[in-house]
Amino acid sequence: MSGDTRHGVGVSPGTAVGPVVQVAPPVRPPDDEPAPADAEAATAQIQAALATVAGDLDAQAAANAHAAPILKATAMIARDKGLAKAAAKHVGAGLGPAHAIEAAVAEYAAQFEALGGYFAERVTDLKDVGDRAIAEVLGVPAPGVPSLSGPSVVVAHDLAPAQTAALDRAHVVAIVTEAGGRTSHTAILAAQMGIPAVVQLHGATSLEPGTTVAVDGEAGEVTLDPDMALLEAQRERRERRAAALAGVSGPGATRDGHAVALLANIGGVDDAVAAGAQDVEGVGLFRTEFLYLSATALPSVEEQADVYRKVLEPFGSRRVVVRTLDAGADKPLAFANLGEEENPALGRRGLRLCQAKPELIDSQLAALALAARDTGADVRVMAPMVATAEEAAWFASRVAAAGLPKSGVMIEVPAAALRSRHVLAEVDFGSLGTNDLAQYTMAADRMEGELSDLLDPWQPAVLDVVAAACAGGSETGRPVGVCGESAGDPFLALVLAGLGVSSLSMAPKKVAAVRFALSLHSLEECRALADTARAARSAADAREAVRAAASPELTAVL
Amino acid sequence: MPQRTVTIASSVGLHARPAALFVEAAQGTGLDVEIGRAGEEAVDATSILGVMALGAKHGEEVILTADGDGADAALESLVALLSRDLDAEEG
Repeated sequence: MSGDTRHGVGVSPGTAVGPVVQVAPPVRPPDDEPAPADAEAATAQIQAALATVAGDLDAQAAANAHAAPILKATAMIARDKGLAKAAAKHVGAGLGPAHAIEAAVAEYAAQFEALGGYFAERVTDLKDVGDRAIAEVLGVPAPGVPSLSGPSVVVAHDLAPAQTAALDRAHVVAIVTEAGGRTSHTAILAAQMGIPAVVQLHGATSLEPGTTVAVDGEAGEVTLDPDMALLEAQRERRERRAAALAGVSGPGATRDGHAVALLANIGGVDDAVAAGAQDVEGVGLFRTEFLYLSATALPSVEEQADVYRKVLEPFGSRRVVVRTLDAGADKPLAFANLGEEENPALGRRGLRLCQAKPELIDSQLAALALAARDTGADVRVMAPMVATAEEAAWFASRVAAAGLPKSGVMIEVPAAALRSRHVLAEVDFGSLGTNDLAQYTMAADRMEGELSDLLDPWQPAVLDVVAAACAGGSETGRPVGVCGESAGDPFLALVLAGLGVSSLSMAPKKVAAVRFALSLHSLEECRALADTARAARSAADAREAVRAAASPELTAVL
Repeated sequence: MPQRTVTIASSVGLHARPAALFVEAAQGTGLDVEIGRAGEEAVDATSILGVMALGAKHGEEVILTADGDGADAALESLVALLSRDLDAEEG
């Protein structure tokens, strides 16, 4: 008999079994930390803690070639004389060792934040050193992911992007978190890695390390000490799933042959090379920010074109949809910073920034035109954060001036979806960014984990906005695709196809399941599923109703 | 005290990899080395946090000072290092 089965929310399908490895949360210095009785001893304790942290980071760097440069640089911060000196000064002023470390880190962090750009990003590394040293002086486990020696189920309160940099991907078989949501970093990471993940599992962080757990990322179940029968059933399901997914290949289509292009989301040259080798019809979202965010000056047209050629080449004559620079106050550019904003998600980001600094978009489009000419690739560019037909027309004119054949717009602002008839008339195609569309429709910050239920792409209001965008597409004869994470949910993909979406772009690992789901349903059935979803009262009801109405062949293997 | 003025050649400025390489080299001299801007208080060149907090950008002039035996030779080697685009070099 299997032990205890707990229920959370499945955010990445599949099943896996392994021992629990807990990711320790950072600890804050205790409020009642006493002033040091012996300042010299306290200073020595801080120095010893920093040395231990540096040693641990060096050891991790030696074991993990991928993250070694980051880890080595972080070890160097831990060895910094200045940090130890600053902490010693706070000990002299009467702070206990943990508070002294925290205060020293805060001083340097403030200096880096004032410098902005790349320097501000290094604050994460500095704070990581501080958190580790604080844990060391308090005698509690180091925060972050411990080094993994074999297949492991990583369990955390929630995974921050910084924590996953050092994650040994070869050994992580599943991720389970106590917090988080469908659009959280954990869900996105697990999907990229193609491993199961369960979030919002109550009591996850109190699971005993080393306990064997079986994770079902579709049902959202985690079973402690699973018995042979459960493990056997999961193994059979994995095999059935692999066989079913391997049974369909090539361009995406419904059972009755209605084409729905299956595309990859990529964010750089490595992604392009990996995705180019996959059974995908091209790229539906190429995020170009990586080229600009770490640069201190706008890269030259030739420098940009070099990178774009490398991204386009793996796709031959397949389409590559390029999203032009989506920067703003939350993703500031060192060379085009319009200053701090109270509310960056609603500020001068995306196309709005490019309208303020047209040289950015003109140089990017010139580089893309060069790369398209040299590679013969089917390049289609689209602008982020378009709200009005005027903005769409402005972008289309820039694209035409650069000599690129096709322009499009991201539909992520509800205004653009509701007025898609006019917005799409200005361009050749639209692409629904469902993550931001959900954020703006539901007025819920994507970065706020506590609001993840509101950001559920199954929210009927979000589906209504998608339907409005598709209606405008059909009226103007412009194709509308989806490039948010929702495109990779096999059940939601059916709904989107039924709403009239003509392409779905997702993490390449998700393509096979979506292709399989489409192949089991006719376009008419997809339309009926779309009606079912939109008739539901809540996101959970919509998801359940569609699952219940979808082909049993699909539910049997996912 | 021996002193040199040099222009930061690294295209990304003196942070990340360039800063780490410079600080390692400064530590390697075994001397007290400082780096700063003209007219401002210099920072300890063997401190990664100090050097990063300086925030020296590409094309900016900085002043290096060192004291002790072999200070001139040490400064020459550090000047040579800062005159290269450290970020463009693979390694």
